[in-house]
Amino acid sequence: MTDSKYFTTTKKGEIFELKAELNSDKKEKKKEAVKKVIASMTVGKDVSALFPDVVNCMQTDNLELKKLVYLYLMNYAKSQPDMAIMAVNTFVKDCEDPNPLIRALAVRTMGCIRVDKITEYLCEPLRKCLKDEDPYVRKTAAVCVAKLHDINAQLVEDQGFLDTLKDLISDSNPMVVANAVAALSEIAESHPSSNLLDLNPQSINKLLTALNECTEWGQIFILDCLANYTPKDDREAQSICERVTPRLSHANSAVVLSAVKVLMKFMEMLSKDLDYYGTLLKKLAPPLVTLLSAEPELQYVALRNINLIVQKRPEILKHEMKVFFVKYNDPIYVKLEKLDIMIRLASQANIAQVLAELKEYATEVDVDFVRKAVRAIGRCAIKVEQSAERCVSTLLDLIQTKVNYVVQEAIVVIKDIFRKYPNKYESVIATLCENLDSLDEPEARAAMIWIVGEYAERIDNADELLESFLEGFHDESTQVQLQLLTAIVKLFLKKPTETQELVQQVLSLATQDSDNPDLRDRGYIYWRLLSTDPVAAKEVVLAEKPLISEETDLIEPTLLDELICYIGTLASVYHKPPSAFVEGGRGVVHKSLPPRTASNESAESPEAAPTGAPPVEQPDVIPPQGDLLGDLLNLDLGPPVSGPPLAASSAQMGAVDLLGGGLDSLVRPGSPCIGGTNFTSPPAAAVPASLGAPIGSGLSDLFDLTSGVGNLSGSYVAPKAVWLPAMKAKGLEISGTFTRQVGSISMDLQLTNKALQVMTDFAIQFNRNSFGLAPAAPLQVHAPLSPNQSVEISLPLNTVGSVMKMEPLNNLQVAVKNNIDVFYFSTLYPLHILFVEDGKMDRQMFLATWKDIPNENEAQFQIRDCPLSAEAVSSKLQGSNVFTIAKRNVEGQDMLYQSLKLTNGIWVLAELRIQPGNPSLTPLQLSLKCRAPEVSQHVYQAYETILKN
Amino acid sequence: MSASAVFILDVKGKPLISRNYKGDVAMSEIEHFMPLLMQREEEGALAPLLSRGRVHFLWIKHSNLYLVATTLKNANASLVYAFLYKTVEVFSEYFKELEEESIRDNFVIIYELLDELMDFGFPQTTDSKILQEYITQQGNKLETGKSRVPPTVTNAVSWRSEGIKYKKNEVFIDVIESVNLLVNANGSVLLSEIVGTIKLKVFLSGMPELRLGLNDRVLFELTGLSGGKNKSELEDVKFHQCVRLSRFDNDRTISFIPPDGDFELMSYRLSTQVKPLIWIESVIEKFHSRVEIMVKAKGQFKKQSVANGVEISVPVPSDADSPRFKTSVGSAKYMPEKNVVIWNIKSFP
Repeated sequence: MTDSKYFTTTKKGEIFELKAELNSDKKEKKKEAVKKVIASMTVGKDVSALFPDVVNCMQTDNLELKKLVYLYLMNYAKSQPDMAIMAVNTFVKDCEDPNPLIRALAVRTMGCIRVDKITEYLCEPLRKCLKDEDPYVRKTAAVCVAKLHDINAQLVEDQGFLDTLKDLISDSNPMVVANAVAALSEIAESHPSSNLLDLNPQSINKLLTALNECTEWGQIFILDCLANYTPKDDREAQSICERVTPRLSHANSAVVLSAVKVLMKFMEMLSKDLDYYGTLLKKLAPPLVTLLSAEPELQYVALRNINLIVQKRPEILKHEMKVFFVKYNDPIYVKLEKLDIMIRLASQANIAQVLAELKEYATEVDVDFVRKAVRAIGRCAIKVEQSAERCVSTLLDLIQTKVNYVVQEAIVVIKDIFRKYPNKYESVIATLCENLDSLDEPEARAAMIWIVGEYAERIDNADELLESFLEGFHDESTQVQLQLLTAIVKLFLKKPTETQELVQQVLSLATQDSDNPDLRDRGYIYWRLLSTDPVAAKEVVLAEKPLISEETDLIEPTLLDELICYIGTLASVYHKPPSAFVEGGRGVVHKSLPPRTASNESAESPEAAPTGAPPVEQPDVIPPQGDLLGDLLNLDLGPPVSGPPLAASSAQMGAVDLLGGGLDSLVRPGSPCIGGTNFTSPPAAAVPASLGAPIGSGLSDLFDLTSGVGNLSGSYVAPKAVWLPAMKAKGLEISGTFTRQVGSISMDLQLTNKALQVMTDFAIQFNRNSFGLAPAAPLQVHAPLSPNQSVEISLPLNTVGSVMKMEPLNNLQVAVKNNIDVFYFSTLYPLHILFVEDGKMDRQMFLATWKDIPNENEAQFQIRDCPLSAEAVSSKLQGSNVFTIAKRNVEGQDMLYQSLKLTNGIWVLAELRIQPGNPSLTPLQLSLKCRAPEVSQHVYQAYETILKN
Repeated sequence: MSASAVFILDVKGKPLISRNYKGDVAMSEIEHFMPLLMQREEEGALAPLLSRGRVHFLWIKHSNLYLVATTLKNANASLVYAFLYKTVEVFSEYFKELEEESIRDNFVIIYELLDELMDFGFPQTTDSKILQEYITQQGNKLETGKSRVPPTVTNAVSWRSEGIKYKKNEVFIDVIESVNLLVNANGSVLLSEIVGTIKLKVFLSGMPELRLGLNDRVLFELTGLSGGKNKSELEDVKFHQCVRLSRFDNDRTISFIPPDGDFELMSYRLSTQVKPLIWIESVIEKFHSRVEIMVKAKGQFKKQSVANGVEISVPVPSDADSPRFKTSVGSAKYMPEKNVVIWNIKSFP
């Protein structure tokens, strides 16, 4: 006898019939009827009309029937909230049933009924169940708290369920602990600020103990929770790692990945010299490899994560190349991921193996895979210089196969190889030209046209070749049209005599017959260039191109660090931060790797500065390369590999004057700076600062006294941070900081030459920025900079440059040029360098302004760990041009009213509340009011920086 | 954290049964799943994770069913896939085969199981042996009072019930090793590894504490200190959840309280140079409208051993027609649905 018979009643009047059966006296008939109702529900019929009749069946001794009725309730209660109330009594009664199975069932089901009226009645039974003697009931009740919180968070807080839930973390039963952890994590996710989980060494220890005893799923909840903890030093990190590593041998892949997440995150805190660090690296490889024999979907998740791990710590898997070779029966998504990882792992040592393998793939049957394999060969050539020659010959072999799509992909990658190794492989151009006619994809056509244009002087019939493309100009895609235009202009500049007609033809096609604004614009620019100054045109169009970078599509480091914190989750599969795809992204806290804090090193020693971790004070905010290139250098970018076409890049950033209107639209409350670890100092860094504060503040008091007398205003100067690491700038390392002294701002730079050749011809340029910062004088480096030499320069700045709103507001994009190349970096300047000396507002004026500024422009902040008295605070801030206008004492609290003015004339008013008794315990309360509220966040950061140093 | 709802769909994408765990994703979203899947397949961008708007679909395919989990959050993807596979395993143990028909036949119990397997997106009890103690196939057997929560559900030992008794206490151990080989077209071996599992069949009374010893060579390698000078040792070991992992990590003893009956105690991997047991050579001759494939199989194992049930698959083009075979031993069969010819040899050589 099977259940399928219940699906077969399709008579008319079915509902009436069911109604009669549900009200039957016979138990067996009732049950049959409920089953029929559920069957109809399963196939999607609306049986909500039977609600009262089904609820009547709820009071039964038969567990199976009860479950079915509960299931029905879960589905229809929301559509019939008034009638759902009828069920409440039975629920409450069932929560006190002698059978724990029924108690748990009742509390579980009640939590799933998302009807406000019912949730009110849920509180009492839930409170009892949370303290039930049976662990099965307790573990179910723990989850129910999370359910209730999802429906009515306030209710859960008011009823004190969160505290009960926290108590369950110490429950004797591991299942209960696991569910409590899961429920708390879920609740904490929607309340990022609340310190719900309150992780400390004691609670961590409890979790680690429960980890050994609970089910596989419980282990995942606990590991995911551990991953949110930041150990206080490397010793604690190591001891947690030691207790987590055994999980790597678990048969469940999800447990393994969650354990990997904890280890990858805490490893960041361990010194690389530690023996344990090496041991851990070795232990991580085998489990990762074994994940590749799991089910394909799990393999896919594992591979996407390995892709991140390989970028973060290539040493873990560097010897494991072979395991990423594709199997013939791998699903395509697994194959493509493996291919990508193979290229990331490719090095001089294993390149022969990889190339042989890639060549095999290029003869496979799956077209998409073959294309990717051919591209991979090109990427190898670019990545591993020693292999370039072999790669090129492999690609030529593949072109000889004459398989259409193989040839096209090969041509696209060969173009990149030309860019990377100029004047080396041009001998193959002849072979490429033979295949001109077979190219039908835009990308391949564009690549071929670029090659012809770029090497026009070596190709005898370049003009004929390009002319042949010109015939169907309007049918080509934009990519090809743009490329063709540029190529013909190049050809003309190289061979002006024979190609005048051709160039005129293309210019008129582009400017007069085309509807595409990008194409028209580019056409006009060329036209004017050529007609006004052909020599300048030559310099622009035939300028030497920047080399393309070795590693393509690497994930940007801060994003990579964030993704490492999300190993195993959707974010790690998409390679996007959760804020990019989760609704309400503003609530999502950006996670970042913990900085390395060593317990045995003193905080002041220079080694304490994290070497591997990203610099904290001045994080690099790397803009999309296209924007920078487009804005800073109005160069022809050549082929589209290096960035989006010129015209698109600047359009995205509207230039906005800060003083002008329309500010409101620019303020995004969820902008990354709020709550982001990027800008506020992490707790680890704050500790030494507060320790050193008593002495430091005393000194600055003295200093401020003198400065007050002599009016020698000198703002706080942050220590120099590395802005441009040598590896990114061909050996040039730039570190620096900003200062403001006696009304003038300067950028103090230290240039260090870490390359082997002498550097000369330095120049600097800023991109447009929010406050119009610009160099007031050229960069003066008097002598050439020899290898290993460094030079200190103070570059005076003014604020009369052109203004464009940046994101974040204090982002500054800088280009530095020397005889080798042009380099770009961005840095964040502290806002207090913009606080001007005449920022003291008249009292009356202050009061009026404060009232005048609407309340929604007020922003509240807290400054923690600042054990200063009101006098010390006031004099410290005065040193950086924050002026105290009045001081009041309200209910034992000191209130300071302060004003400051920015270089562009924006006034910021502040109210600072200080608890005099124990300032180290209560944070300072800072309220800021300003007509341009988006500066508040940065002013607050400036406050924090000044007060803590 | 995890799934918002779980669906089982038939091959056309019609929901057969579903369970909404969190209520934050509209159940109607599932209607978009199949069109999305087809679209991605056409684009050649099929992946186990699809998204449409804010909804993410994580899916697996089992025989001709799709098991799909939906979520709005940054869920733990590996947990969701592991859970979906576990669900398949539990259903298969309950109904032998998990397919469209068995779902219809057992929808009541599937609802019960879905309720017990996961709560609010958190996987709960997924051990089918334990579930079978309180969710039984014959619903009418459940009398009140009788159906209590077995203590096992929440015990630290959640995989074995107390009070098991056997007259004859015995344990059977099987070691099953399979060889994974990757050979390129020139015949050189690119990758060879052995994947082994140790399976136990346990008929023991009470709560027995077992220990399994492996010889020193193996243990030494497991400590991870050998520096990889000799790579022919066990590389990565995975254990059933009953094994005390922290104990293993400390002193290398495999100690455990086994579940009752069959289970896989551990699995391991050896990456070592293995000579392919059977070496295949093929000669392919192309004629005008005909292809002739000659396949030669050569045994490379010891003379006294015999390989049973050897199956050699020869891939052929999808448009192959009227194949003819000649075999010196065994028989060949064309399987057009898989585009292969299978050569079966009962005993080799």
